[in-house]
Amino acid sequence: MTDIVKNQELVEIPEVVQTSGDVRRSRIIGFVLLAIAAVVLGVFSFGVPSDATSTFNLSLPTDTIQGVSVSFNSRLFSGVAAVLIFALGVDRLRAKNLRWTNAALGVGLLLFVLAFLAWASADSSFSMVGMLRSTVISSIVITLGALTGLVGERSGVINIGIEGQLLSAAFVAVVLSSAFGTWAGVGGALVIGALLGALLAWLAIRFRVDQIIAGVVINILALGLTSFLASRVLSEAQDLNAPARITSWRIPVLADIPVIGPMFFDHTFFVYATFLLVFALHFGLFRTRWGLRVRSVGEHPKAADTLGIDVIKTRYRAVISAGLIAGFGGAFLALAQISRFEENMTGGIGFIGLAAMIFGRWMPFGALAAGLVFGFSGALAQKVAILGTGIPSEFMLMLPYVATVIVVAGLVGGARPPAADGQPYIKQ
Amino acid sequence: MSEQQNWVNRATGVGTSVARSLLLPTLALITALVIGAVIIAFSDVDNLQLLGTDTGQALSNMWSEVVDSYAALFRGSIGSVNSISETLFAATPLLLAGLGVALGFQAGLFNIGAQGQMLMGSILAAYVGIYLTAPAFLHIPLTLAAGIIGGLIWGGLTGLLKARTGAHEVITTIMFNFIALFFVQWILTTEGLQDPGRNNPVSAAIQETAQLPKLFGEEYRVTIGFLIALLAVAGVHWLLYRSSPGFEFRAVGSNPHAGSYAGMKVALVITAVMAIAGGLAGAAGANQLMGLDPYKATPSLAGAVGFDAITVALLGRSNPVGVMWAALLFGALTAGGREMQGAAQVPIDLVVVLQALIVIFVAAPGMIRAIWRVKADDDSAATQVTTSWGA
Repeated sequence: MTDIVKNQELVEIPEVVQTSGDVRRSRIIGFVLLAIAAVVLGVFSFGVPSDATSTFNLSLPTDTIQGVSVSFNSRLFSGVAAVLIFALGVDRLRAKNLRWTNAALGVGLLLFVLAFLAWASADSSFSMVGMLRSTVISSIVITLGALTGLVGERSGVINIGIEGQLLSAAFVAVVLSSAFGTWAGVGGALVIGALLGALLAWLAIRFRVDQIIAGVVINILALGLTSFLASRVLSEAQDLNAPARITSWRIPVLADIPVIGPMFFDHTFFVYATFLLVFALHFGLFRTRWGLRVRSVGEHPKAADTLGIDVIKTRYRAVISAGLIAGFGGAFLALAQISRFEENMTGGIGFIGLAAMIFGRWMPFGALAAGLVFGFSGALAQKVAILGTGIPSEFMLMLPYVATVIVVAGLVGGARPPAADGQPYIKQ
Repeated sequence: MSEQQNWVNRATGVGTSVARSLLLPTLALITALVIGAVIIAFSDVDNLQLLGTDTGQALSNMWSEVVDSYAALFRGSIGSVNSISETLFAATPLLLAGLGVALGFQAGLFNIGAQGQMLMGSILAAYVGIYLTAPAFLHIPLTLAAGIIGGLIWGGLTGLLKARTGAHEVITTIMFNFIALFFVQWILTTEGLQDPGRNNPVSAAIQETAQLPKLFGEEYRVTIGFLIALLAVAGVHWLLYRSSPGFEFRAVGSNPHAGSYAGMKVALVITAVMAIAGGLAGAAGANQLMGLDPYKATPSLAGAVGFDAITVALLGRSNPVGVMWAALLFGALTAGGREMQGAAQVPIDLVVVLQALIVIFVAAPGMIRAIWRVKADDDSAATQVTTSWGA
């Protein structure tokens, strides 16, 4: 009997030692959830009249099935949300089931956002589907940017130049699409994305320029060159800044489903391709020989070299093919989202993509999830500005950046980059 | 080696020969100008159309356009007293913010956050500039100090994050730039700071006593801000090469583990360096508020200075004196670029391209050596100044 107890202790002790940080994190997040519950109860629940009704519209004017919506008592809804968040917080303070800490925080934040929307739309209605649809659309460039960074970094090359790749691709896409049609625009964007990827790889691998410097310089070069050509060429030849509109590929039947249809099945081909790419990259990175090689070169290039993998060639290929992804993202931004070129039209979205890559922990599905979260905060900021809640929309727009700082500071679980990320490789 | 040679080497931090060390940057500048000429020549729509029908005429048009553009670039940067004033005027914020970025490089930290630090500095300076009533000899230093403190806090926060949690400064400073931008867009619309009667984010003008006096008289734009920037060069040089904290900064920069082993408080060094770097950028932000008509804070007040500061620091090889020359060169390009845009209708964005090319060539000396067939020195180490995300 004593032996068994002793054995159990022996088993448990290292586990406690390993997870002392997780215990602390669980408790911190427990307190955070309690604070959120207090805000939800005090502001969102008691901040509205007891008989106020919120309505979430679940169909768009263009939908086949019309008039789908949910209405509920605003105060009661937020009250229930507060109780649930409170329960989650108490559960975290107990510091059991440590694996669920992030999930608890995620559910708590989701309830917080729903209660916030109920409060903001008290005694009025709110187009929930509209917001979810624009979430998906604005997540595309962010996700593609994140995937660009991810493929490069998995092979050990840091790419800060995503912003410049997106911007150059957007420019080329607009000019070629205006002159020769949509597919020429997309093709040109892919090529320029890959070329800038090649430049980054060349500087980083051949000349061993500090990778962050190389990326920063690519951003500056792209911004200068596209702005120069936009004011010198596009202002003279305005017909080169008028790409053809891209029509949506509405998927029959599926697009008629309320909520899900407008969110996922009524988009341009870019959107479907992006979702397919996420699956393909996950499979490629973790189930194919190519993926194993890329990851081994990014984690331990010397070991990979010893096994006969050409480190240099693998890195070149990874960064250049990642450039194709950025090119595709730039084409989507310029052709489908905005439909013309403007100076500095990316406005930092490449950096949000970089943040999404870290937020998604260097995983393709993580990048997509992070892209959707960041896209949601952008869509929310727009809607909140329309609803007129008195909360400055600037604070909503800040959220992705604040969230990224919190993630890299390790408050939501450590994110570990590939081990050889940013290290030039010198063959012995 | 003569005594004087020694002094020059120490002051500039360059290798064994001043001429040799100037060779690569000069060749980089020339190469960038050649590429820029090609870009100017082949971006004129009319000439490109002419190229098919009358090649000789098209090429001659292109040539004269390049000559006109570069003549304007030269004229606008050093061609007259006003040009020199414009060059120094443009160089001032680049120099202050560039010193901040360079200081970070010396300690192994990549500060991309000068842009946000400038903005936060300008906001704090705006409060002091608008609300404090004092004679100029007090008001100017206090407004400048407020700018420095604003940047100091914003930069110090990223340093603290790195020191306490290991969050990589490249990511946090980029994120802090955006957070600062949105914060400034919001706070400039709040009552008390916003210009009465405006509904976009613009502050009221600071009082006349907080405005920087002109250096060459009222008709020229350069202010005593340039002298303050030169003082900062001397100050940072002293800090890095003559003080014991500066020795610790550089020691931690070249090897944090060794520094820690020698008893240096690495966490404190990181926080201090980022704070001082932020303070220098904050001074640049205050300079843009206090030295530029109409003396109002806006979200676009920093322009692209915060990012150009990175290229300035890289070109100056993170040495304060080198940074000064780099800031003067980029200031000259900016001032000349305005003249070029006005006189030769070539967009000023070309200057951004030139700057990026110069830095590429300086950061990849192998490229310049291959183009110009210059033999390699032994000090041709690759520029690896930063560490991976995780480290």
